[in-house]
Amino acid sequence: MTIGLIHYLVVAAILFTLGVFGIFLNRKNVIVILMSIELILLAVNINLVSFSIFLNDIVGQVFALFILTVAAAEAAIGLAILVVFFRNRGTIAVEDINMMKG
Amino acid sequence: MVTAAFFYLFSGIAIASAFMVIAAKNPVHSVLFLILAFVNAAGLFLLIGAEFLAMLLIVVYVGAVSVLFLFVVMMLDVDFAALRQGFLQYLPVGAVIGVIFLVELLLILGTWSIDPNLVRTPAVGIPTQAVMTNTEALGVVIYTRYAFLFQIAGLILLVAMIGAIVLTLRERTGVRRQNIAAQTLRTTATAIEVRKVPSREGV
Repeated sequence: MTIGLIHYLVVAAILFTLGVFGIFLNRKNVIVILMSIELILLAVNINLVSFSIFLNDIVGQVFALFILTVAAAEAAIGLAILVVFFRNRGTIAVEDINMMKG
Repeated sequence: MVTAAFFYLFSGIAIASAFMVIAAKNPVHSVLFLILAFVNAAGLFLLIGAEFLAMLLIVVYVGAVSVLFLFVVMMLDVDFAALRQGFLQYLPVGAVIGVIFLVELLLILGTWSIDPNLVRTPAVGIPTQAVMTNTEALGVVIYTRYAFLFQIAGLILLVAMIGAIVLTLRERTGVRRQNIAAQTLRTTATAIEVRKVPSREGV
């Protein structure tokens, strides 16, 4: 019963699907949507790291490092925008975010 | 055998807590389950042999990102129950798309295989644990081959930091602030006014 590449990929696939599912499920709550995006990025990282190890190539881990950086920056900016929006409008419901008529 | 047991433990808890992140009623619970998911993913990384990224996951995600989420969730005075209205309304379409997605991913995983020639030609191979640790190996690569990308990553973080500060900083009117320069520039001459008061007349 050895744990191979496929096991890690399945875990990452399930985590990714849960993240996508979370965006659908919590359509109104921006905070949970941001958390779902974090889950998706985590799944991507698991994929990269497991490929890196099983293909014996460290570049995958370097890439995962950069994804971690971007994820941290994205979370910080997203939450800052959320705080500013809440300060101005008093709500964070997604359907109220329609000032730009997009 | 022990490795397999730990793999199933970590991945099981990670998946269960990821499900709780999207299903929990209270966003604070969501954040706490997100932390649990990240810790278990770090365990998976440790198991697979990427120690540096495991520690980085703990430091960056658990220590910084999740705490930031926790701060924001607790800071915003939002009626989260109202945001859950129509939660079940999106469940069918979300479930359909999620299941299709998962089945497709698993089908891809079940059918593909790695070109055996690819394994023999890595861009940068991973040295064995006896030669150097994972952290050392990553450092050797990052600071030489990917030095520019590393600096760009630092720049992204700097821009994100400045952006977050600029976005959330506000000048409030009517707030009395300490002006240290004005305080230290005060002298006896500016602070005390000596008046000659004529006697029997008052000021």
